[in-house]
Amino acid sequence: MSRAVADHPGGADAVTDQPQTPPPAPAEQSAPASRSIEPPGTDWQRVSPKYIAVDIAGYAVFGTIMTVAGFIPFWVSGWAPSALLGIALGVLFLVVIALTPRRVRAIGYALREDDLLFRRGILFQRIVAVPYGRMQLVDITRGPIARAVGLAELKFVTAAASTGVLIPGLPLADAERLRDHLVAVAETRRAGL
Amino acid sequence: MTDFADGEWHRLHRATPLFRGGLAVLILAGLVLGSFRDRVIDLFFGDRGFGDPDGDFGGDPLDFILRENLVLAAFGVALLVLLLAVGGFYLSWRLHTFRITDEVVEVRSGILFRTNRKGRLDRIQGINIARPFIPRLFGAAKLEISVAGNDANVQLSYLRSADADALRREILLLASGARRSAIAGDAEQWTEHPGPGVGALLEDRAREFLAPELDPSLAPPESVLRMNPGRLIGSTILTDAMIFLVIAGIGLTVAVVVTGDILLLIGFLPALLGVGGFLVSRIARSLRYSIASTPDGVRVGFGLLSTSNETLPPGRIHSVRVSQPLLWRPFGWWQIAVNRASRSSQQGAAGQQQTTILPVGNLDDVRTVLRLLLPDVATDDALPLLERGMLSPGGEDGFINSPRRARALRWFSQPRNGFALTDAGILLRTGAIWRALTIVPFPRMQSVSVRQGPVLRPMRLAAVHVHTVSGPITPALGALDRDAALALFAEVAEASIRTATADTTHRWRASAAGSRA
Repeated sequence: MSRAVADHPGGADAVTDQPQTPPPAPAEQSAPASRSIEPPGTDWQRVSPKYIAVDIAGYAVFGTIMTVAGFIPFWVSGWAPSALLGIALGVLFLVVIALTPRRVRAIGYALREDDLLFRRGILFQRIVAVPYGRMQLVDITRGPIARAVGLAELKFVTAAASTGVLIPGLPLADAERLRDHLVAVAETRRAGL
Repeated sequence: MTDFADGEWHRLHRATPLFRGGLAVLILAGLVLGSFRDRVIDLFFGDRGFGDPDGDFGGDPLDFILRENLVLAAFGVALLVLLLAVGGFYLSWRLHTFRITDEVVEVRSGILFRTNRKGRLDRIQGINIARPFIPRLFGAAKLEISVAGNDANVQLSYLRSADADALRREILLLASGARRSAIAGDAEQWTEHPGPGVGALLEDRAREFLAPELDPSLAPPESVLRMNPGRLIGSTILTDAMIFLVIAGIGLTVAVVVTGDILLLIGFLPALLGVGGFLVSRIARSLRYSIASTPDGVRVGFGLLSTSNETLPPGRIHSVRVSQPLLWRPFGWWQIAVNRASRSSQQGAAGQQQTTILPVGNLDDVRTVLRLLLPDVATDDALPLLERGMLSPGGEDGFINSPRRARALRWFSQPRNGFALTDAGILLRTGAIWRALTIVPFPRMQSVSVRQGPVLRPMRLAAVHVHTVSGPITPALGALDRDAALALFAEVAEASIRTATADTTHRWRASAAGSRA
């Protein structure tokens, strides 16, 4: 069991820690389609391109703070090699930010007959299928940056914490429409816990 | 039959405050007695009177009171405190009421801060009856109704012991979707209490106390599984943690021999006592363990002095894991744990979480328990497959296993690491050294995901995770062939939809009652 987890540093809560590792791009690009887990012929709905800016802004703020904090040992001690920490952090966040457009384009969802399909990740790919009847609640949240560009985040909650379906970057009207649709279809397919 | 389930408000056992504060009262009494001990001994054997102001008992408050002639005031204060406490306890008992209707169980409690808790009957995940030692002496029991969620349990503590059993039966009947008329018919087995009188009362207590943990009329004997004490003791000793203990013991012996310093041993005495106490308490808690099938679900009971038993209605088991610690392998012992949607505040057998349904058992026991827990999955046809899931070293045995190229990721378990699907559930087989079989019934799974990271992708492998309510089990299988993983993902997604519509376990007797009516 522990080994299975080791294979996937993304782990059960990949939703939150997805961009932690800077991906070595070449391996990903050269991978033939048949190796990946992309199911063929799925009509993915993509999230708004505006979300790229939102995501970058978020990482820029967070990355700046972390990078500045990473330089503190250097400023305090004046020992040159200790600046490496700050430099490493800065590079890491730059890579994460540079890959944001691709990462955002990789997010997708598809409304199938009886279940919701959700995918995300480029290096650590993850595809989830959730039957509508399993819905416990749908959450719409909006951060300050997302609200400025009129985007919202939709969370589909089941009884399992590890389901982790969190669709970011939806225009508010779309998010509300999707929420109402999900609630309606869940009602007709209601099942026990 | 009790009249508790008639939809009106009822109160708990009159002695409830005593049981709840029982331990505190005992400790307090002990402290008071301890401080009076010298005084009492002196009263009987000494030459001074009880109230001799010249007596010196280390300047405790009593001396002060005697010296300053405050005896009356002290009595007044003590009386006031006592009255307040008794009044408070009485009021809290009086305001603690519950009712059980056709739809919900509801509890109101609190004097200043009122709480009102409602649990829906069709969401009941299990009903636990616990009898801690002291309340058990007085014939009282605690009923805990687990509803899905963390800390979402409705507690009725305490009730009369016999009432608790009857009430549980009635709640489960109401929850099962059967009609009220069915309850009246079912309640004939209800036994009358003997009439008043101290002798009869004592006899009643003694009978209750000495009664077998599992009422023989409750379940057909062939469906009952009991724990073999020898196996219980053996399995408790042969845990992986024990290996470290033995190594530590050897190290200690060597150290003593080398240094010749016997005093070294004394330093480890507390640790030794601690481990010994832990083992004894674990074994004592699991004694009289039984698991049985009753009409309203699986009943798991255990305990020698403090007893506890829980009834899990059908369809409340979200995932089952049969596993074998390394040291148990020569003996063929297995352990069964489950994921459930509720958390009981009571500890389970062997001091483990109540998610451990079978602390230890052989292959036959595992078969019996699996039949009880997952009757749809562990059918006669599927049992050989389940056994291969536990025992088989791998190969062409009905499971689809990891390909050879996964050897780098699954050094020993690659031939065995695989899955199989039945009509009712998914079986995940893992581990060659620590062997385990995880079973998820389709109607209970919440979602399924397929994953692939940078290690798996170049090897054309993928991992599949099945999501259930959280618990000790995380059903997942890594290092599968990419095509097999995708096929599994598609099939599981489809099957979870198909079976969800057919599943009626949340009202498990509704269909039967409907056809009877």
